[in-house]
Amino acid sequence: MATPKPRVKVPSKAAKGEVVTIKTLISHEMESGQRKDKKGNLIPRKIINKFTCTFNGQPVFSCDLAPAVAANPYLEFTAKVMESGTFAFTWVDDDGSTYTAENKITVQ
Amino acid sequence: MNLTRRQALALSFGATTLAVLGASTTRAWASAEATAKAIADFAGGATPATGRITLDAPEIAENGNTVPISVSVESPMSKDDYVESVMLLAEGNPNPDVATFHFTPMSGSASATTRIRLAKTQNVVAVAKMSNGAVFTDTKLVKVTIGGCGG
Repeated sequence: MATPKPRVKVPSKAAKGEVVTIKTLISHEMESGQRKDKKGNLIPRKIINKFTCTFNGQPVFSCDLAPAVAANPYLEFTAKVMESGTFAFTWVDDDGSTYTAENKITVQ
Repeated sequence: MNLTRRQALALSFGATTLAVLGASTTRAWASAEATAKAIADFAGGATPATGRITLDAPEIAENGNTVPISVSVESPMSKDDYVESVMLLAEGNPNPDVATFHFTPMSGSASATTRIRLAKTQNVVAVAKMSNGAVFTDTKLVKVTIGGCGG
């Protein structure tokens, strides 16, 4: 399986106090644990179970995901920015792996 | 006692029907009960009210493997009054848990969009918990057509 690749869209600039929209996507099969292979055995569950977003170290938004979230989980949410800084995104896999991404924003 | 062939057949028929009924009843209700329990646990004793929360879902989902869902809650999102979390449940899935969004005043707005899997036509439920403990809920019925099967 290829390494899950995160893709994030954050505006590069915003006004102070503006609420910006953040779009995130990560390539991941989100194996639900309900499917069976050709022999009839259950394919074990393996999903991204948690996503977090922080801004300059402060929590902004997080999400607990269950197998019912579609493959290649897409999460869109907002953040109110008061100063320039860095958004840090983390996805946690059932097997303990974490995938991360970072985006900077300039606030005028 | 000597069972006639007819009696034996009727007996086994009855037993099978009972078993199938029993099994299907358990399966059919598992999610409705599990959904109600999940809501009760999340609400922590508060009674969910309607209003303030809007769940956007398509009336008809062509592909049950990826159904776009949006949720939005009216709230000032100030540090004294904000939405703590919103839980999404799918009543007709084998397991009703879908996702739980956690917001903070830094979220700016209590809105989120994602794509979910729906096993069949069913109600999708969104429950919002506010920082003051109030709970709101919205439900949408989503019809699912998978592949070319229709209805």
